[in-house]
Amino acid sequence: MKQKKLMLGNEAVARGLYEVGCTVVSSYPGTPSTEITEYASKYDEIYCEWAPNEKVACETAIGASIGGARSFCAMKHVGLNVAADPLFTASYTGVNAGMVIGVADDPGMHSSQNEQDSRHYAIAAKVPMIEPADSAECRDFTKFSYELSEQFDTPVILRLCTRISHSQSVVPLQERAVVPLKDYKKDVSKYVMMPAMARGRHVVVEQRTQALKEFAETTALNRVEMGNTEIGIIASGSCYQYAREVMGENASYLKLGLLNPLPEKLIRDFASKVKKLYVIEELDDIIETHCRKIGVEVIGKALFPVIGEFSQRLVAEKLGLTPADTVSFPGSIPNRPPVMCAGCPHRGVFSVLSKLKLMVSGDIGCYTLGASAPLSAIDTTVCMGASISGLHGFNKARGNASAKNSVAVIGDSTFIHSGVTGLINIAYNQGISTVIILDNSITGMTGHQQNPTTGYTIKGDPTAAISLEKLCDAVGIHRVRVVDPYNMKQVEEAVKEEIAVDEPSVIIARRPCALLKYVKHKKPFTIDTDKCRGCKACLKIGCPGISIQNGKAAVDPTLCVGCGLCQDMCRFDAICSQGEEK
Amino acid sequence: MKTFNIMIVGVGGQGTLLASRLLGNVLLEEGYDVKVSEVHGMSQRGGSVVTYVGYGDDVCSPVIELGEADIILAFEELEAARWLPYLRKGGKLIVNSQQIAPMPVITGAAFYPADILTQIRDLGIDMVATDALSLAQEAGSSKATNVVLIGVLSNLMEFDEEVWLKAIDQCVPPKFVEMNRKAFDLGRRTSC
Ligand SMILES: Cc1ncc(C[n+]2csc(CCOP(=O)(O)OP(=O)(O)O)c2C)c(N)n1
Repeated sequence: MKQKKLMLGNEAVARGLYEVGCTVVSSYPGTPSTEITEYASKYDEIYCEWAPNEKVACETAIGASIGGARSFCAMKHVGLNVAADPLFTASYTGVNAGMVIGVADDPGMHSSQNEQDSRHYAIAAKVPMIEPADSAECRDFTKFSYELSEQFDTPVILRLCTRISHSQSVVPLQERAVVPLKDYKKDVSKYVMMPAMARGRHVVVEQRTQALKEFAETTALNRVEMGNTEIGIIASGSCYQYAREVMGENASYLKLGLLNPLPEKLIRDFASKVKKLYVIEELDDIIETHCRKIGVEVIGKALFPVIGEFSQRLVAEKLGLTPADTVSFPGSIPNRPPVMCAGCPHRGVFSVLSKLKLMVSGDIGCYTLGASAPLSAIDTTVCMGASISGLHGFNKARGNASAKNSVAVIGDSTFIHSGVTGLINIAYNQGISTVIILDNSITGMTGHQQNPTTGYTIKGDPTAAISLEKLCDAVGIHRVRVVDPYNMKQVEEAVKEEIAVDEPSVIIARRPCALLKYVKHKKPFTIDTDKCRGCKACLKIGCPGISIQNGKAAVDPTLCVGCGLCQDMCRFDAICSQGEEK
Repeated sequence: MKTFNIMIVGVGGQGTLLASRLLGNVLLEEGYDVKVSEVHGMSQRGGSVVTYVGYGDDVCSPVIELGEADIILAFEELEAARWLPYLRKGGKLIVNSQQIAPMPVITGAAFYPADILTQIRDLGIDMVATDALSLAQEAGSSKATNVVLIGVLSNLMEFDEEVWLKAIDQCVPPKFVEMNRKAFDLGRRTSC
């Protein structure tokens, strides 16, 4: 097979999984890791699923590995926080068939709530970590990870970042290897991690780390490329690409593909061959600290930032080169922050919450955009699930009066991921907080993945759907009601009633995401310019499809889906519906 | 060959990703080393979006930096202004003369600059402006604006029309191929 394909890094990882004979993939979506699992699900040879969260995904992969299949789970960097518990002990049990965890970091926080560096996890959990630098390496390193996993009896972390996951480059395709299911043999000393056995396994882990350190000195994952020896650069992943782009043959490189453990002799040898040695690494100073520890002097974070994403321009500037000239637009340019789409069902709820001026404990999803102007209706956002548990704490601290002036908002996927445990806490510990589940029947933020509430699997097959109403009731919340977020009056009444009562309650605001293919739209609305007074009341809902032009409201027909929220804001009947279906 | 850099900029939802996929496929077909870098997720929701396409013998960095773009293909006027500093000296700007108000403009916190295109031209920038939205509507749907713009871009590149059409066939769902071919053609007939 000589075929070549332009592939996203994530697609190439999926291709690697296919070629290496991986047969079980369980993941939870998270930018920039999501497409690995979406692409993997297109191969009939791989069983793929969306798990409710990363911990479940990781445990499923561990189980599959013990069961004898090459397995995989993918997540974004913060997902590894959720999956950290199984990871640390899977390091002790090791694997049966190979197991790989794909983790995508997001330097620059294109789509994330923090900028954590997952390399710390590999060090802390004492498992090897591999990092590719383009799509071809994504495929190759994915395959290699399984050899490593099986050779050293350990889970392996494949580390990606936004620029590798979401860049397309050329991948020469290879054939799939058929890997038979391995035998499963009961082995309590390896797989039952209670103290007596775990003590034995910890010894194995330390021996494995020693063996991996030796492996790091010679593996082809780490590569020396000698050019001009005035400058030496140690880098991995996208940083290696930036450095090469800037310096080309005018420097020598030690490109690291194995990030944990790091080599010692290899670094010392390389250092001895170059005059000035730089470590170029995004986020924390992990390679640099390692170099110092083994007595190699390098220039790292003294020059390069700990914060944000790098680029070839940043590298050029820091290395003292003059970057290219630029021309700028003379005027000031307004920002264009992301916004909820026209017709987004979340908008109606936030419009009401903004009007009622409640304290809103927020969560992560498309609805986090409710924090932006003009709705400005979210007070806090920490991590998935924290809206409900955080509100409980807030109200326990401030008393019942506070509960009557506050709500939590959480999406359907996020509620299942880790919101339901917070709700259990409210019910169990006699809280009276009000929770709004924004049920748009899909995992929106990450690009429309099915989840346990939607009734479909990753392959689009029908399956059991969780009833949010029954689930809430079962955990002890007896005031549960459903509203239509396009009906702001109904939402407002429900919110006012539920915050007033001395009982915990859940309001489910239910309407599918306007971008879902099966959702029927109405024709774009029009403005009756004779009636429009230009009062701008319609702008308060913060819809990108309506603005003021020449003193009157104007609807953008390419965006408007006829949801009618702006109509509800208008006191002069100036916004006109044009009927069903475009 | 030195790496040639094309940036595609616009507003999330305008279809910049399909445009860059099309372009990437053409370049691969022509035998180049190619890197296409996209941003998914949060910023796609109506935010300012950018895709970088680099091609040549050996492309290292997946991104294009200030002053490095040989061509910028802007799907919207304000975005053309925003990303202008990425154009190299002597580079070419293609702009879709469409204006989409960002939220700070809608809420009145900021103003949409007047006469963006004239101001850019006054800087001595080599620029082509097209009303790609109208051409797309003529082809059958405003959603084909991206392919009209790819048609305009194709005039600046020396590849056969067939290669572009083949890429459209590969990247677009079958029932929309005809419409997108028409959109491409309308764009290609725009003079550069
Ligand atoms: C631990 C963790 N995993 C994954 C993500 C990525 N992520 C952010 S929001 C979200 C789900 C959003 O879906 P939903 O709650 O249904 O809300 P919607 O976007 O549909 O409004 C995901 C997967 C994250 N931020 N943190």
